Amino acid sequence: MNRIFETPLYPYTRSADQDALSAPHHRVVVVGAGPVGLAAAIDLALQGVEVLVLDENDKVSFGSRAICFAKRPLEILDRLGAGQRMVDKGVVWNLGRVFFRDREVYSFNLLPESGHRRPAFINLQQYYFEKFLVDRLREIEAEGAPIELRGMNRVEAVGLHPDHVHLEITTPEGPYELTCDWLIACDGARSPIRGMLGLDFVGKVFEDNFLIADVVMEADFPTERWFWFDPPFNPGQSALLHKQPDNVWRIDFQLGWNIDRKEELKPENIDRRLRAMLGEDIRYELEWSSIYTFQCRRMEKFRHGRVIFAGDSAHQVSPFGARGANSGLQDADNLCWKLRLVIEGKAPESLLDSYDVERIQAADENILNSTRSTEFITPKSEISRIFRDAVLDLSEHHEFARPLVNSGRLSVPAVHDGSPLNGPDALFGAPARTRPGAPATDAPLGQGFLLDRLGNRFVLLALGTEAPERLEEQGIIAEGLTVAPSQIGKELRERYLGEAPSAVYLIRPDQHVVARWPAFDETATRAALNRATARS
Amino acid sequence: MSELNLTPNIPDPDDFYAELLAAHEGLTKAESDALNARLILILANHIGDRKLLSAAIEAARAAGQE
Repeated sequence: MNRIFETPLYPYTRSADQDALSAPHHRVVVVGAGPVGLAAAIDLALQGVEVLVLDENDKVSFGSRAICFAKRPLEILDRLGAGQRMVDKGVVWNLGRVFFRDREVYSFNLLPESGHRRPAFINLQQYYFEKFLVDRLREIEAEGAPIELRGMNRVEAVGLHPDHVHLEITTPEGPYELTCDWLIACDGARSPIRGMLGLDFVGKVFEDNFLIADVVMEADFPTERWFWFDPPFNPGQSALLHKQPDNVWRIDFQLGWNIDRKEELKPENIDRRLRAMLGEDIRYELEWSSIYTFQCRRMEKFRHGRVIFAGDSAHQVSPFGARGANSGLQDADNLCWKLRLVIEGKAPESLLDSYDVERIQAADENILNSTRSTEFITPKSEISRIFRDAVLDLSEHHEFARPLVNSGRLSVPAVHDGSPLNGPDALFGAPARTRPGAPATDAPLGQGFLLDRLGNRFVLLALGTEAPERLEEQGIIAEGLTVAPSQIGKELRERYLGEAPSAVYLIRPDQHVVARWPAFDETATRAALNRATARS
Repeated sequence: MSELNLTPNIPDPDDFYAELLAAHEGLTKAESDALNARLILILANHIGDRKLLSAAIEAARAAGQE
């Protein structure tokens, strides 16, 4: 079969930089062409910031790896012009089943809220995700966006200076050097850049191993997520079955701590497990298998002078709840507009400190959630297992116990309550979900959706009142988006007005709410714009 | 109800206590532990109020330290 993760997608080519007499200079260098690095580079280039992506490899991720992409990251991809292709290819599921020992204890329907362009999440192999981002990168490159991707370029050394970063790079044709104003390290959980700078990465190791088997099979299982606690085919452990595009099924077996990795990865042993789980007569092809352990940890600070960490290099979580790639994309979303304003001299460098504040808050939330899921899935003490089993037993008979079952919580974006960039919440009777610090909730608007009209610049959203078309405050522009009363649908009203008759929202380039008021107030808006850009 | 009630509140205490113990009769230690856990979860859900639940956990914890 055609494995896209075995084909070079951005093969090495010689760059003129390698023949330069002195180290050439770039505005921004992104290290790592994974989901986070590619998204960050596309975001910056679309905003006109010159960016170079270096990757030590020339292929997309080996194996499916991250497979669940949640709504908020899909909305971010829409802003980058890459969301539709992900959703077209991805698998949408709403029904989940929970099994305990030899029986199904209950099933649930996610029943996603209506009036959003994007589903609660999709399943999509990481290699497709990365391929689509590389496709998007090539598109904008062809349109003249200042972006370049170099495969087989490995960073060997980093020199951190007050006004620039110096890099030593090796390629198949030897080493070269370059400098940049800013370095974004998206080089994964084992981040070589983090190591080169001698930075900490502390947290909690979970003593457990998980076997992933991605199998291609023509199975008539429905498109559902099945999760087993303590099943007969994997006693005392858990298992997961999840569908991906192209009839690829993700099967995850918890193995415990004291295992023989080599033995477990032998195809005949994987085969034995698969047949015990799915039936003796299944026909399948093993696409990829891997054993992983995990940790929950983060760096103390994500920004170190001119080097900024994003994604797994900055924080690592357990896989339960799909919070790795999803939170990394939100890091990029949070960082890029701030970095652009700093590069353009419109905001002070201290604006980047808010990236630390906001994304560390999100990382802590993700670590908390994924640690709790881990505790439920793999109880660490006798009493923890007694309560876990009691919850599962009760869940078969009583609805009340089902919300306590935790096989991974849906990844939802953090609301940056208390962020130094937030302005006033001065709208009486307004819904909490769109308060300052929250990502703007989608809602139908005209023929499309609200989020299509937000992002990439500050927007003044006026509902049932008016905002000026354009407001400039010391080089920062806010564009007005006035929605006529006849255009305010049920969802827009519920999500942005609540009991308020009218509203003006100031919304950041990453679609997060800065402030809200009952009507346009020029002085207050100017103050909020200054605050949201760390200029006051 | 806003305060955790730590005054006598069960109308027929001897009868309730006997019923609680009777539910454990003939069970192994593991089965009894499981029954207790289910009972705690059912009662906790019935109370629902997070402040009351926190107060109950704290009262149970503190009484064990004396």
